[in-house]
Amino acid sequence: MDFGFTPEQEMIRGQAAEFFRRECPTAVVRGLMEGERAHSEQMWRKMAELGWMGLVFPEEFGGAGLSMVELSIVLEEMGRVLAPGTYFSTVVLGGLLLQSAASAEQKRRWLTPICEGELKATLALYEEHECPGPEGIRVRAENIDGGFAISGKKFFVPDAEVADLIICAAKTNSAEDRVTLFAVDRKLDGVNITPLRTMDQTRSLYEVSFESVRVDESCVIGSEGGAWPVIGRALDLAAVGLSAQMVGGARSVLEMCVEFLKTREQFGRKIGSFQSLQHRSADMLLLTESAKSAVYAASCAASDDAPDLPVLASIAKAYSSEAYVWIAGEGIQLHGGMGFTWEHDVHLYYKRACADASTLGDATHHRRRLAGLIGLG
Amino acid sequence: MDLKYTPEEERFRNEVREWLQANLPAERPEVSESENMDEWMAFLRNWQRKLSDAGWAGIAWPKEYGGRGAGVNEQLIFTEEMARAKAPNLMNVSIGIELVGPALMHHGAEAQRRRYLPKILSAEEVWCQGFSEPGAGSDLASLQTRAVIDGDRFIVTGQKVWTSWAEYSDHCILLVRTDASAPRHKGISCLLVDMRSPGITVRPTRQITGETEFSEVFFDGVAVPRENLVGEINGGWGVAMTVLMHERGTSAIGYQIRLRSELDELMELAKRIEKNGRPASADPLIQQKLAQSFIEVEILKYNIYRSATQIARNGSPGPESSIIKLFWSEMDRRQKEVAMELMGLRSQLVRGSKGAVDHGRWQRAFLWSRAGTIYAGSSEIQRNIIAERVLGLPRG
Ligand SMILES: Cc1cc2nc3c(=O)[nH]c(=O)nc-3n(C[C@H](O)[C@H](O)[C@H](O)COP(=O)(O)OP(=O)(O)OC[C@H]3O[C@@H](n4cnc5c(N)ncnc54)[C@H](O)[C@@H]3O)c2cc1C
Repeated sequence: MDFGFTPEQEMIRGQAAEFFRRECPTAVVRGLMEGERAHSEQMWRKMAELGWMGLVFPEEFGGAGLSMVELSIVLEEMGRVLAPGTYFSTVVLGGLLLQSAASAEQKRRWLTPICEGELKATLALYEEHECPGPEGIRVRAENIDGGFAISGKKFFVPDAEVADLIICAAKTNSAEDRVTLFAVDRKLDGVNITPLRTMDQTRSLYEVSFESVRVDESCVIGSEGGAWPVIGRALDLAAVGLSAQMVGGARSVLEMCVEFLKTREQFGRKIGSFQSLQHRSADMLLLTESAKSAVYAASCAASDDAPDLPVLASIAKAYSSEAYVWIAGEGIQLHGGMGFTWEHDVHLYYKRACADASTLGDATHHRRRLAGLIGLG
Repeated sequence: MDLKYTPEEERFRNEVREWLQANLPAERPEVSESENMDEWMAFLRNWQRKLSDAGWAGIAWPKEYGGRGAGVNEQLIFTEEMARAKAPNLMNVSIGIELVGPALMHHGAEAQRRRYLPKILSAEEVWCQGFSEPGAGSDLASLQTRAVIDGDRFIVTGQKVWTSWAEYSDHCILLVRTDASAPRHKGISCLLVDMRSPGITVRPTRQITGETEFSEVFFDGVAVPRENLVGEINGGWGVAMTVLMHERGTSAIGYQIRLRSELDELMELAKRIEKNGRPASADPLIQQKLAQSFIEVEILKYNIYRSATQIARNGSPGPESSIIKLFWSEMDRRQKEVAMELMGLRSQLVRGSKGAVDHGRWQRAFLWSRAGTIYAGSSEIQRNIIAERVLGLPRG
């Protein structure tokens, strides 16, 4: 057992940290926030050139064949700068789902272009009523000649306007009420995309409605009706990935606070010498380090295909969600009036923290799930 | 980064497991340290002798001092297997093995190591830690107990408080002031004191649980041979820092394992206790709280693993060990509060009362959980250390 990073992993972290520091400073983030889609094609290209799109995917499909540990490292560094863009949707939501659900031929069709930076994807899972189980899926795919016609509405679909491929979870008549995944080309007739206005402007969310969108059978990812277990695993991986981003954000807020506490003076002394602020900073570090431990352990479980992945994913998501929201909230408080301004970055982290905390299951949801997994109730 | 154990580590685990299966005593006195302490101590001594004869005490200690010369990971594995087998823990771990051991290995003379270390492992000698005084707790460097040199010995005069295990100890690792004119941190020395020396009086102090695990210790002109000085004269603060760092670091794996098995038992308790006409374990709020405790105890484990890797790579735990101490002691309190909530009205009942849940053990554990945030540096002191030494904030 060696619960520390290898020199190669440290190198990836160093490279990612340097990349985002250079390519994604606050000015860039704020510029993208003001834009329509919170996505930069230029940054996307550069990330693809570095090989990050295919980081975790097998070499036979054009990836680098690395593990969830390396992916979490890159995601953590992205979270540190609040990097906008479709990386999470494409690689974590779309790519990892294709990786576990799609046939080899489908992987060549969609995963390889993702690895090459030629295709962007997203996942259309949630609907009007928040419900984590398959019962929540009401979008239907009617059997028609040679394929399906999909109808219904999805909410909270990230990056739908830039994704080339929307992976949609729907129920078909032929597979009774079980869930099937469809690969839907965004440009097909009947796909209507409406932006949602969000508190966290560093990410774009959409309502996607499907009006009798026709797809052929080759667009069924994996087997008809067999999607739910695969979705479950993909959501665990996504929860780990999102938690890694949250850890990165928490680290940034803490760094920001420590810097401010060391320079700002009141009552003739640095405010960082006031014990109540010192103690809150110490608690911020404790929460950040503990969230790291949870994310790294879950990432290891994912890369080992360990049976305790669901437990560790829920631990990571529940803990990081509460830690990040608390830390970012304290971040505002420690900065005083400055912390309440649009100009200061800390509110961007607070808003991202709140958004992340509610995404892919909040802390209460993951604790409820854990209770079941560890034999309560 | 790899959480899997290597084949050698797995082999080691199997070896421990097999040995425990074959050697764990089937019969043991009821686990109640407060009531039949002498019987319990005799049992522990026997058990530990067996362990140390087989080379299981002091896994990560060098062979020449009775250890096994293995690494930090083997130590973790051993502790985990002991817990899995529900084997009684080694005696005096928290002081002898985890404090005096590192202190002597880092600062002691060769003769001291050979004299004292093997007997800690074999439980022939029990140790206590004489650091705190009535006027020097968190502010340890203000300690006043004096030692003056008199030929080839020191003469010690003063008082220590809250000394755990003092009544049962053979030796004490003692901090004394040897130069009153030097700056506070530079006039302290560390001595190894035989608890049977003339002039020592031990007066047990009753604790909130009713037990007397700690005592006041009075030193009235106690003679200590000069060769019992650890490290340099006036160099005791460095020894104290080594001790405190170890007290706060990976040795917490023992606490982690205890907290995890207590949680498992609490979950069983939640199934047995009925609330509002159904098992408490079916109550969504109770589920949330137990799941949160599960999250915390598992994260504690991974915090310790990260720190263990740090030690394996760099040799020593840094001030970051304060995070681990703060984490386990605070989570222990939260966990025992859940236990009290589960028991409801019965949480009032102590051992021996009609209707007491599990012989009052949760109620006792609840009270004990208030100690962890005080000893080995209070939570406030840990936060000071984290803020100033880890985060580098200006001194308050
Ligand atoms: C069960 C138990 C076993 C113990 N066993 C031993 C033992 O074997 N050997 C031994 O030497 N000692 C032992 N101790 C003593 C323990 O180390 C001290 O109690 C501890 O260091 C606190 O010191 P104090 O009791 O003098 O409290 P004080 O230092 O007076 O603290 C009182 C309060 O003030 C706070 N405080 C103090 N300074 C600061 C500061 N700078 N900033 C913010 N808050 C501050 C503390 O956190 C605490 O809340 C034991 C204690 C307990 C409870």
